[in-house]
This record gives sequence, C-alpha cells and structure tokens, in this order.
Amino acid sequence: MSKLYLARNPRVAARSLDGEMMIMSGRDSTLFTLNKTATILWQAADGATPLDKIVENRICPEFEVDPAEALQDAEALARDLASHEILQISEAPIPQTKPALANPATGEAR
Amino acid sequence: MSGLLQEMTEKAMKLNVPLSVQLDVTYRCNERCVHCYLDHDDHGEMTTAEIKHLLDEMAEAGVFILTFSGGEIFLRKDFFELLEYARRLMFCVKLKTNAVLIREREAARIREVGVESVQISIYSHRPEVHDAITLIPGSLKRSVDAIRFLKSQGLRVIIANVLMTQNLQDYPGVHALAAELGVECTLDPTITPMMDGNRSTLSLGVGHAELRRVFRDQGLVRDAEEFCAIPAAPGDGELDSLPCSAGHTACYVSPYGDVFPCVQFPLPTGNVRQERFVDIWRHSERMNEVRSIRMKDLTTCTSCTHVSSCTRCPGLAFMEGNMRGPSSQDCEKSFARTGVPSANMLAKQRSRANLVQIRALPTQPYTSASGAIA
Repeated sequence: MSKLYLARNPRVAARSLDGEMMIMSGRDSTLFTLNKTATILWQAADGATPLDKIVENRICPEFEVDPAEALQDAEALARDLASHEILQISEAPIPQTKPALANPATGEAR
Repeated sequence: MSGLLQEMTEKAMKLNVPLSVQLDVTYRCNERCVHCYLDHDDHGEMTTAEIKHLLDEMAEAGVFILTFSGGEIFLRKDFFELLEYARRLMFCVKLKTNAVLIREREAARIREVGVESVQISIYSHRPEVHDAITLIPGSLKRSVDAIRFLKSQGLRVIIANVLMTQNLQDYPGVHALAAELGVECTLDPTITPMMDGNRSTLSLGVGHAELRRVFRDQGLVRDAEEFCAIPAAPGDGELDSLPCSAGHTACYVSPYGDVFPCVQFPLPTGNVRQERFVDIWRHSERMNEVRSIRMKDLTTCTSCTHVSSCTRCPGLAFMEGNMRGPSSQDCEKSFARTGVPSANMLAKQRSRANLVQIRALPTQPYTSASGAIA
C-alpha cells in the first residue's frame, strides 16, 4: 500500500469545545463534529506524517487495535473526511504554505 | 439554526463559552444611512496589533463564529490582514459590509481567505430610494456590482433589507433582485436608537398598519395564518428559559475595545485594552447580571400573551430604561402580527387612563400669585 498523507483543509473553520472538535465546511457551511478517531486524524494531519505512522503512534496506543485493521479503518475515515473537504489527502507530502495559528489539537490559539 | 449548531450552542452555554462574537473594527463609514445608530468618527480605534491580540484571546476563549462588522470594514487599510489572521486562527468568519469597496480583486481575495458569508445592506432595488437612504449617489450600483463579483467567486451572499418608511414599498423588489442575483435575503423592520441614546431614528420605523400588512404578505411568510396566530400559553419550564443569547453564548466588541452583551445592548461590561477578553466574559458583574435573567424575571412580560413567541430584545428594553422590562418595538411587532396588544401596551393604556381619572377638577378658577388665570 502506498503512503497516504493528510493535511487540514485551510478553508474550514475549526474550534474545540470541551474536547470535541467542531468543523465548519468551507464548501457549504455544513457543521461537523468529529469523533475521537477523527479528532486524532485532524490533530495529526500536518501534511508531513504518513497515515501509517499516525495509526502506529496515535491510534493504536489509544484504542489497542490490530494495526492492519486500524490502518484500513483510518484510511476509510480519512477519505470520508476528505470527501467533505475537511482533510486534504495525497500520496505525497502536502506542503503547508500558511499554517494555522490555532493549535490543531485544541482549535485554540497557540 | 441547524440541529448540530443548536446542540453545540447549548453545550457552549453550559460551559460558559462565547461561541459567537461580533467585532466592529471601525465606526467610520463611506455611507451616511439615515437610520444608522452610529457616529462615524474615529475616537481611537484598536490598532492592528491590538485587534490581532484580541483575536488570539477570543480563539483561546473558544469563540468559533466571528462576525466582522462596522462602520464599513473595508475602510480599514489593514482589514485583509486582520481577516487573514482570523482565518489562520480558524474562526468561522462572517462579514457585514455595504460592499461599495468590493471589486473583482477584493472578491477574489475574500474567496481566497475563506469566509462563511458576506452580508450586504440593500435598501431598495431602485437607485433613487437606496441612494436616498445611504445618501451616496451610485451606491446601489456599487453594492449590486459587488454582489455579482462575490457570487462569481462562489461566495455565499446575504442581502440585509432594513424596512423603514422610505423603502416600505420596495421589499418585494429587493427580494426579486436577490432571486435574480441568486443570493439570500433577510427583512428586518427593527430600527435601533443611536448608541448615545438618541431615539430620533425611531421615527423612521414603519407604522402598525404597514407592519401588519408585511406580516401577512404571503410572498414573505409561508403560512400567514400560523405566523399571525395568537400564541399558546407558555409551556412547562418556558419561563425558566433565557431571553436571548446576548451574554450567554454571544457578545459584541466595539472598535475601541469595549465589550457589550450584544451590538444592540449598550451596557459596557469591560474593555479589552485593560482586561483579558475571557476575564470580562466570565467575571464582569454586568455580564453576569445579564446572564442571570430568566424569562420569569421579566417585569410585565411574564403576564403577557406573547411571552412564548415575542422577539423581545433585552438590549432595546435596556435602552428604554430596564433590561428586565419590555421592548416597545417588539410589543408593536407582536401586536401587528397577532392583533393582540401586549401586556406592556395595555399597562400603558391603563396608565394614561388613570392619569386622566386622578386629575382633580378645579372647583374655583385658580388665580396665580401674579393674578393671571392658569
């Protein structure tokens, strides 16, 4: 399987409310809230870390799941988030020209 | 409001998070609208650095929806810098503007930065009416051109149509214009007193009979019978509910850093030049007083037929002298909508009648000290 890279779509609006990520689509203003796994993907989506590393380092320790199964689920989730234009996905690293000033983990300012 | 946004708003209220803030970046304006509640001088606007610092604080406090308004936002030379900074802080940004300064280049830049919506004031589809309200010849054309530029960029545009005596006949034309442009349109008959308390602008508001006709316009209201029905008695717990979101999940910050519960609620609660935004939000006595008010605490309104359906604005009530009292403009709206006078209107009628009744009739002609008959 080729590597998959994730980046936060700079067109969305995002904020953490008591640990729950609120994301508003830049495409049609639809509001989403992310579950725990999706929040981990959002937090880790820096454009440089491949999905398999995110799964290995962030998801598996959190959920104690089989890595191969977790990677498959995470990829499906990442593609779903990309279909809503919340994440950008690519088989190559995604350069961040103007990184967000807000902490992606919390949605709060650094 | 979508179900999810409602859910997040309720959560924000429980956590005392200011989910939504309107930030006026200037009161300066390139139009001179006859009904405007602001003065247009610069009394010491926050600098670029001060606003960026405030945006940092607001993001940290959990603000998600940020509305940039004014005055005319594009009169600030640093506006795009502020807008870009706000987006990098991941705010959901909304703009309120007259759009006179938006051309193709600005529309493209707004699209590039990414905003949720752009609300533009249009008073009439006829230049002679719109321009007579803004007092700027050619302003309707400029604003409509801007709407086209923004739409061509795929942006969401909302026309805000304030209804007043000067443009009363034109709202169907504005709605038709919005449809032609492919944008949304809102209609609001509320005219606000000036922030310094001057109430002269209120004379521009539409009268009862006209408002009654507007509320029954099938072109505006899906089901006029339902919309204008006499409201049901308040349900269980309804009197324990909150009068509105001002001070609960929303507030307003002026160009000078003053924090208010709402743009229509000129009760100063603190200044971000002296205190952190979150400290004002959480600890201001005045903010907490606003926050403590429940429907059951409202004088007069609790006994009113309209209590469960009224659009009562606590800020307008405050400007009338009592934040727990009725807002006469909203009483008028409820009356125009249903034909049933509000408790406030009935009390005023009784009060006027009483004044006549208790007036003593002189039995003898009164002679003043100077000898003249009064």
